[in-house]
Amino acid sequence: MPSPLVEVRNVTKRYGALTVTRDVSFSLEAGEVLGILGPNGAGKTTLFNVISGDVAPDAGQILLKGTDVTKLRPHERCRRGIGRSYQIARPFGGLTVFENVLVAALFGGRNADAEANARAAEVLELTGLLPKANKLAGGLPLLDRKRLEFARALATNPDVLLLDEIAGGLTEHEAAEVVNTVRAIRERGIAIIWIEHVVHALMAVATRLLVLASGAKLAEGDPKEVLASAEVRRVYMGIEA
Amino acid sequence: MSALLETQALVAYYGDFQALFGIDAEVREGERVALIGANGAGKSTFLTSIAGMRKSAPESIRFDGSAIGALGAADVAALGIALVPEGRRLFPSLSVEENLSMGAFNRRKGPWDLARVYELFPVLSEKKNAPATSLSGGQQQMVAIGRALMANPRLLMCDEISLGLAPAVVKEVYAALAVVCGEHGVSAIIVEQDIELARTMSDRAYCFTHGTVSLAGASADLSREAISAAYFGV
Repeated sequence: MPSPLVEVRNVTKRYGALTVTRDVSFSLEAGEVLGILGPNGAGKTTLFNVISGDVAPDAGQILLKGTDVTKLRPHERCRRGIGRSYQIARPFGGLTVFENVLVAALFGGRNADAEANARAAEVLELTGLLPKANKLAGGLPLLDRKRLEFARALATNPDVLLLDEIAGGLTEHEAAEVVNTVRAIRERGIAIIWIEHVVHALMAVATRLLVLASGAKLAEGDPKEVLASAEVRRVYMGIEA
Repeated sequence: MSALLETQALVAYYGDFQALFGIDAEVREGERVALIGANGAGKSTFLTSIAGMRKSAPESIRFDGSAIGALGAADVAALGIALVPEGRRLFPSLSVEENLSMGAFNRRKGPWDLARVYELFPVLSEKKNAPATSLSGGQQQMVAIGRALMANPRLLMCDEISLGLAPAVVKEVYAALAVVCGEHGVSAIIVEQDIELARTMSDRAYCFTHGTVSLAGASADLSREAISAAYFGV
C-alpha cells in the first residue's frame, strides 16, 4: 500500500509543564482538504509548527510520502513539499508584491530558477493579486496582505499546503473568494490542511474535519457529522444540547 | 438622546490617497453602533482617526461636545475612548497581566478591573504571568479586548474583536459587551464581518463603501439585501 502524503504520528509537544499537543495522529492523502477546528489555545497552530518544522515535538514523528522528516529544518521541509501560511502575515515590506512571491518561488527550491518568474505570475493571478503586483507589500490593506501570505506559500509549489486562519477578518464576499481559490488549488492535486474559525468557509471546501481540544483530538471524520456531534457543539460552538 | 461622538465631514489621507471622503456619523450614549463594509472601505481608518492615531481637523470629530480632532492618542484615551486595534498590538515584552494593567494607565473609574476581565476570560487568569506573546492567537485577542476594557471607556471601539476567536468565545464577548453597554451606559463602535452578528448585537449600523457612508440606519430595519447592495456600491 502506498504511503499517505502526510502522516502525523503520536505527536506530543510540551512547553514546560503545559502539554499543548497530546498524542495527536492523523494522515492525509493528495487532493484532500482537512479542516482543523478547536477552542482558543487548543494547540492548532502548535500542530502546524510541528508539521512545518518551526517547533520540534517532544515525541512522535512527521512523515512526508513515507519519509521521516521530523529532524529536518523548516526550509528543508519546504523544499520537500510542505508549504505554509502564518496567522499574522509578515511580508518583506520594502519589496513589491511580485518580488515577495518571487522570493518564495526561488528559495522554496521547488521551481527551476528559469521558471520562477512564470510561477510567481501564475500564483498572483490565482490569488487575485495581479493588479497589485508592483505595489510595495508594506502598504497593503488586510485583504491583500492575507492574499499575499497565501500566494507566498503557494509559490513554493507545495504538495501539501498548511493554511492558518486565512479567512479571519474578511467579509463574506471576500471569504467566498478565498474558498474558490482553495478549491482551485485542490483541483491541481495539492492537499490542504486549513485551520479556520470561519466555520462556513471551512465547511464549503473541507473533505474531512479534525477537532482539537486541550491539545488532544476530540473528533475526526465527515465534516457534517463532526460539526453535528454534541461534544463539538458544546466545546467549540458553545451550544448546549 | 444627545450624541456622545459626532463626526462631521471627516476626511483622511494616506499621502495622495484619500481613504475617507467626508464621513458624517454619530454614536449616542449607551448605543452600540456596527460598522460594516468591505476591506479597504475605510473602517479602520475611521477608528484610528477618532482614536487620535492620525490627525484630523479639530471640529470634524466632537466627543461629549468638545472638538477632539487635533488631539493625540494619549489625550483621546484620557477622555474615555478606547480602541481594540487591528492586529492586537500587545506589548511583547510584558506579561498578560502587565498588558491588561497598561489599559488602566489613565486611572478612569468604572466597572472594569483585573478581576472582572479574568471573569470574562478565565484562561487569562491561568496565564497572567506568561509573556503575552506566548499565548495562542485567539488568547492574545482576548488580552487586547481586556486591555481596552481596563480603560473603563465611555466609548469602546472594537476593530474586529471576533477575529481568531472560537464561536463559543465570540458569544461570550458579545454577551459581555451587551451588559457593559446596557448596564453601564458605555457606547461602542464595532467593526464586525459577520453581518448577522453585526445586526443582532447593534442598535444602529453604518455601511462604508470606498470611504463614504453608503447605508445607515437602525440595525433591525436593515435587510440583508440592502446591506449586500451597499457593500458593492450598487
